[in-house]
Amino acid sequence: MRRSNEPIFWSLFGVGGVLSALLGPILILITGIIAPTGIGMPPQAMSYQRMLAFAQSWYGKVVLLAVISLFLWHAVHRIYHSLHDLGIHAGTGAAVLCYGFALVATLAAGCLLFVIGF
Amino acid sequence: MSATKPYVRSMNGWWRKNPYFMRYMLREASAVFLAVYAVILLVGVFRLSQGAGAYNTWLAALTNPLALVFHWVALFMVAYHAYTWWKVMPKTMPMLRVSGKRIPEIVLSAGGWAATVVVSLVVYALVRGL
Repeated sequence: MRRSNEPIFWSLFGVGGVLSALLGPILILITGIIAPTGIGMPPQAMSYQRMLAFAQSWYGKVVLLAVISLFLWHAVHRIYHSLHDLGIHAGTGAAVLCYGFALVATLAAGCLLFVIGF
Repeated sequence: MSATKPYVRSMNGWWRKNPYFMRYMLREASAVFLAVYAVILLVGVFRLSQGAGAYNTWLAALTNPLALVFHWVALFMVAYHAYTWWKVMPKTMPMLRVSGKRIPEIVLSAGGWAATVVVSLVVYALVRGL
């Protein structure tokens, strides 16, 4: 019997699920609501200089890569399996599209964080 | 040869018939908002790599009312994901026993919810700059 690759995707789904349960709400609140409205935080909290310094630090790179990549691996796994619930009997094409998207985004994030420098 | 068309029950809106299934689909839908949010962050990193002007354009785009509405809905959806994630966690992990007694599921879930609250406060303090 061919070995299933499901454990790999399920692990990424699981880690992404934990990370998004811990960080998802607060990050959306900060970057999507607090920073744009300026309520609850000084306006320079997400300034170019500050975010550049964060993205250039090793811990900032780890955080950004982990958040972007694992949020997506979690999300595409859930979306792929939900297609079935919507009556779409998705085959290999949908799997390639879903997981491929997460893979491309992961590689893109990694390249960008490298380009941003140290 | 007569071609018979097999009866296939429609799947349209099956989940709208039961509140339990509605909550299930709401949870699954949270993934769409999480994915879009991750892409917004990825675009932010891209704009950051292009320099101050590009990054500030990205920041300004977030003040668009549509962006704000999206983030409010995403906040609700991902918070619901966090709630359900810790709620089902005790069922997806091996049983934990303390001196032979099984730890009640609600205690494990409460630990997860508390972890989300503590991590949120720490992240907020860090971003704010203490």
